[in-house]
Amino acid sequence: MSKRFMSLGLILVVVAATLGSLPVAAQEDCDFVGEVVIGVIGPLTGDIPKVGQSTVEAAQMAVDEVNAECGLQIDGENYEVVIVVEDDESKAESAVAVATRLIVEENVVAIIGPQASKQAVPAGQVANDRETPMISPWSTNPATTKDRPWVFRAAFLDPFQGPVVAGFAAKEFGAKTAAVLYDVASDYPKGLAENFRDAALASGIDIVAFESFTTGDTDFSSQLTNIIAAKPDVLFTPQYYNEVPLIVQQARELGFQNPIVGSDSWGTPDLIDLCGDACNGLFFSTHYAPDIATEVGQKFIAAYEERYGFKPDDVAALTYDAFQLLFTAIESANSLERADIRDALASIELFEGVTGQMSFDEQGDPIKCAVIIQIKDGAFTYYDSACPAGFPPE
Amino acid sequence: MEFFVQQFLNALQLGSLYALIALGYSMVYGVLLLINFAHGDIFMMGAFFGVFGSITLGLPFVPTLLLSMILTGLLGVTIERVAYKPLRQASRLSVVITALGVGLLLENGLLALTGANPRSYPQDLVTTKVYDLGGVSISNVKIIIIVLAALLFAGLYTIVQRTKWGMAMRAISYDKFAVPLMGVSQDQVISLTFLLGTSLAAAGGILWGVAFPVLNPYMGLRVGWKAFIAAVVGGIGDIRGAAVGGLLLGFIEIFVPAYGKSIGISSTWRDPVAFGLLLIILVVRPTGLFGVARRQKV
Repeated sequence: MSKRFMSLGLILVVVAATLGSLPVAAQEDCDFVGEVVIGVIGPLTGDIPKVGQSTVEAAQMAVDEVNAECGLQIDGENYEVVIVVEDDESKAESAVAVATRLIVEENVVAIIGPQASKQAVPAGQVANDRETPMISPWSTNPATTKDRPWVFRAAFLDPFQGPVVAGFAAKEFGAKTAAVLYDVASDYPKGLAENFRDAALASGIDIVAFESFTTGDTDFSSQLTNIIAAKPDVLFTPQYYNEVPLIVQQARELGFQNPIVGSDSWGTPDLIDLCGDACNGLFFSTHYAPDIATEVGQKFIAAYEERYGFKPDDVAALTYDAFQLLFTAIESANSLERADIRDALASIELFEGVTGQMSFDEQGDPIKCAVIIQIKDGAFTYYDSACPAGFPPE
Repeated sequence: MEFFVQQFLNALQLGSLYALIALGYSMVYGVLLLINFAHGDIFMMGAFFGVFGSITLGLPFVPTLLLSMILTGLLGVTIERVAYKPLRQASRLSVVITALGVGLLLENGLLALTGANPRSYPQDLVTTKVYDLGGVSISNVKIIIIVLAALLFAGLYTIVQRTKWGMAMRAISYDKFAVPLMGVSQDQVISLTFLLGTSLAAAGGILWGVAFPVLNPYMGLRVGWKAFIAAVVGGIGDIRGAAVGGLLLGFIEIFVPAYGKSIGISSTWRDPVAFGLLLIILVVRPTGLFGVARRQKV
């Protein structure tokens, strides 16, 4: 499918989503007595539009599926699920504005999104202040949910991901030294870079270079030359798919031969197109791998592939999980009050999602496994898993 | 030593790109006293005409470059005729606001047309080769950028200094009321200025896209600001100034992170230090390195 066709499709989906839910065959016989309005926030435009596209696709699919089964049942009556999609333009200030709009004007019962921590951290503040449940599917920075009882997430946290990557670098490459290149102006890369540094130092890997740039930079040659001069065994760069190709290609052009490893922000398929051969063989940690999906996961992947014609990425999988968590909470709360939904979300103990099993701690953060993916012959391929100690419970 | 040479080459590449874009700002200001804030977006259009040439038409590098320079040049002339010419007697503020509007139109028009997904050129447009010269890595991309930028600047300098058209441009820049009375067509000279300035921006856009192959409709914003700053520091209105300003900005941006650490400045401090240095230059020479003070008649 061509990119233009995809973006046209995206626009249509957004338009359809904004106007109301798409018609679904089974809806006729359900006698909906009302609507459950859920807000969705994603970066439809800006630096990482593919992330926004996955968000909308997964959201639309989750909603159509639940409406096909007569929506959500509250007090024995059927409620139709409706989503209102907003674009955070990959900017913190827009995320705050649209979160406020969804809560105040659209009167949503809950918000799914925003995705990147740069938007999820400030939007989480809005949701918490205005006492509206929010689930960020993809944000891994601890600040998103920390001390915010109204904010939840579907992804693991960077204090877990940092050690996973550091451990992998030590095990796979026998790394004794490492370098980090990260965006100092964005919450996710900055937080994860620090988590990785601390974990690496704790496990005996020396950090020989810790270099930064700011969002929007495209020339990293100065920082990379510094890094190469420090001769690290491995370079870690927790950046998004629009930056990774530039970093990898420039590092290779400057003569860096050692492995470059990344994190879950790499896992957008557009990375492969933009990076080409330069990224072949590299590794990153992420939330799920389609090739080792559980039964729940396989069902989701098959349905998604049939509907959109390509495999879902981690953003789509996590967004879908976030919706399932919310649906579960609304039905078990048996109420459309925001406070009841929050309480129900907080009381979910173990959840079987398409990204695997997860349980929740007192901050509302999931405890779940991570996988290591290798970019191999133009595809993301499962390589290894890493789970927190004592998880999953037998 | 290898470290210094490597960083020097990095700086030369970045500086050459800034210089190519800064030239357009400077030329238009020289002739029209207009700060063409759409210039960054024209640079972006140049890069995207490259996508059109290399992917849609499947052209190799040199034809893609020429096609983009021609199309962008025509776009620049059209913008001047449609958006700026009717405002030639209006206040300068109106024209600057119009320029900002043209920039937004280009950005968002392209966004609506091609979608927000970033693009890149085909890998075989310029197949990257890396040469290792005694610990210094230099790629063919770097060589192409540095050499081509130098050639384009030399070409422009020759046109401005050695040809009749160039003389007309300098004359209009000197006095735009008297010179038309001598039979020089002001409109033609202005069109030529836009043609040259925007096609250089297009060359900058293509080379930028080869060096940093993630293109999106907003890419012109930051690069545009930086090139504008480079033009001002060099002395806006003077093409030597634009070239020197661009190179200077490139060198500062590369060398602050490269050597800052030895004096306790991490790479996080690159922009504050870089722009602080440029501010100091402007405090010492408010008209920029090559600028001449113009007396405003009141």
